[in-house]
Amino acid sequence: MSGNLAVLLYLAAGILFILALRGLSSPATSRQGNLYGMIGMGVAVATTLLLRAPSFSGFLFMVSGVAIGGGIGAWQARTVLMTEMPQLVALFHSFVGLAAVLVAGAAFNAPQAFGIGAPGHIEGGSLFEMSLGAAIGAITFSGSIIAYMKLAEKMSGKPLLLAERHTINILLGLALLGFIVLFATTESGFWLFLVILVAFVLGVTLIIPIGGADMPVVVSMLNSYSGWAAAGIGFTLGNLALIITGALVGSSGAILSYIMCKGMNRSFVSVILGGFGGETAAATGAVEKRPVKQGSAEDAAYIMQNAGKIIIVPGYGMAVAQAQHALREMADLLKKEGVEVKYAIHPVAGRMPGHMNVLLAEAYVPYDEVFELEDINSEFAQADVAFVIGANDVTNPSAKTDPQSPIYGMPILDVEKAKTVLFLKRGMGSGYAGVENELFFRPNTMMLFGDAKKTVEQIVKALAH
Amino acid sequence: MASDTTQQMLETARRAAEATRQLADQAQSYSDQLAQVAAAASSHGLTGGVDPVVFRLAIFALAVFVGYYVVWSVTPALHTPLMSVTNAISSVIVVGALLAVGVDPNADASGGAGWAQWFGFVALGLVSVNIFGGFMVTERMLSMYKKKG
Repeated sequence: MSGNLAVLLYLAAGILFILALRGLSSPATSRQGNLYGMIGMGVAVATTLLLRAPSFSGFLFMVSGVAIGGGIGAWQARTVLMTEMPQLVALFHSFVGLAAVLVAGAAFNAPQAFGIGAPGHIEGGSLFEMSLGAAIGAITFSGSIIAYMKLAEKMSGKPLLLAERHTINILLGLALLGFIVLFATTESGFWLFLVILVAFVLGVTLIIPIGGADMPVVVSMLNSYSGWAAAGIGFTLGNLALIITGALVGSSGAILSYIMCKGMNRSFVSVILGGFGGETAAATGAVEKRPVKQGSAEDAAYIMQNAGKIIIVPGYGMAVAQAQHALREMADLLKKEGVEVKYAIHPVAGRMPGHMNVLLAEAYVPYDEVFELEDINSEFAQADVAFVIGANDVTNPSAKTDPQSPIYGMPILDVEKAKTVLFLKRGMGSGYAGVENELFFRPNTMMLFGDAKKTVEQIVKALAH
Repeated sequence: MASDTTQQMLETARRAAEATRQLADQAQSYSDQLAQVAAAASSHGLTGGVDPVVFRLAIFALAVFVGYYVVWSVTPALHTPLMSVTNAISSVIVVGALLAVGVDPNADASGGAGWAQWFGFVALGLVSVNIFGGFMVTERMLSMYKKKG
């Protein structure tokens, strides 16, 4: 195959990837988009194999690598629970990061195979791109592993604050830049090794101080990093498919991080600096003793049966209790009685962007009943019941009224405007931000304490009578 | 007594000024060198052909903009599948892994090719997890999104 044809085919792969993302603009076209993505990947792999035909033994080596990895990937994809998606995505990001490091290492050891010179005589520009790609890849790898462990609760989600952590990070960053320059000018493998080592450490120290509440931003951010790492390697190899994909993924992750930050009214910088979500103990020091109105599942069923319009507000607590299937059953029964049921999703509900939508889709909730904050917020005033299940901070009116509150300025769902607010909660504990929710003590609020799944099942039973 | 101290202070100030002047001279010569290098580089770019890296940068910059507009058009309901599919497509780094695995191990005596092959093999395994896992889990999620009725 000629080099020019290969470049055009890589370009075609890049365009197919653009179409894959374009397909996600609506659920109706999304599966078509995913198919484009798979075709693009096939084109890129086939082009590479045709361009540099491997020996038979080399080909067998490749097939075994793909079989092992592909088998594990396919098994993961089939068995993963939808609640575990955030940690799976974090783990996958780490693989892209590590692959970038390894490909950079391979390109350094055998530059002739990548067309960037001979061992010991690699072009200066390629050396720079190679070490940059390896550095971003290494940060992505170790950072994603930390994010994975925090999300999978293999380590505490609380921010781990090292003394002088900002100084440490700045020094590590400067050392990293210095080693990249030394590597690009001397072409000594020792400096590349140091670049990778320091980047691994930096990935850990950057993510470790960030608390569980900010994980959606971190996962999006690492998504972006994995893209930039791929682009860096793309420049080294002069491969258009990699450069285009890297740019797409890099900007995609950056946009998602921005959306998540806006959803929490936090600046990107303050998230990166970390420390948020650790003050819970201090904030709940003064325990509220005011009375709240408690209700039973039967009360809730009675109120909802007689309602005209209900808006359900699911939060991560619903996913933890695995209550989504029971919830959909409840909604079906209510719809049969002529009640209008809609779902309202806050941008930062769940542990990653769009997490709650997937969980509801898994429970067969039609996607045209699920609405984003800005599309449904004005409807709470006409709703008879706001049914809040496993959410707290995203409904807290103090985000609007109390400038002293840590969540002040965060966009919230206006559940307070509904005639009756039903809160399903395990106890009176406060949310991630550690803020008391004024709404619990209002006369039109009814609290339903207990496991969300059991409570909803009891409501279903009462409705079926 | 007082005049002595004044004398000392003046002396210190004079020395400081001298040191600053030397520093400024040095900075001047560095920036001159930099300007020469930059001029040499740009004249090379104008007379000799354009470096292919520049073309790659152009494509990269355009792709960032395409990505920006395409991703803003993604419906928020599909942000999780967006992340898993971007994960899958960024595994196109598989082309680098394939090139590394395909290296002829006898190509050079230094043993670098052998290392490259093993690095490539591990990278190939990792990105295969991502390619198969990423596209399949995206497909699984997207098949769940159903319309009313």
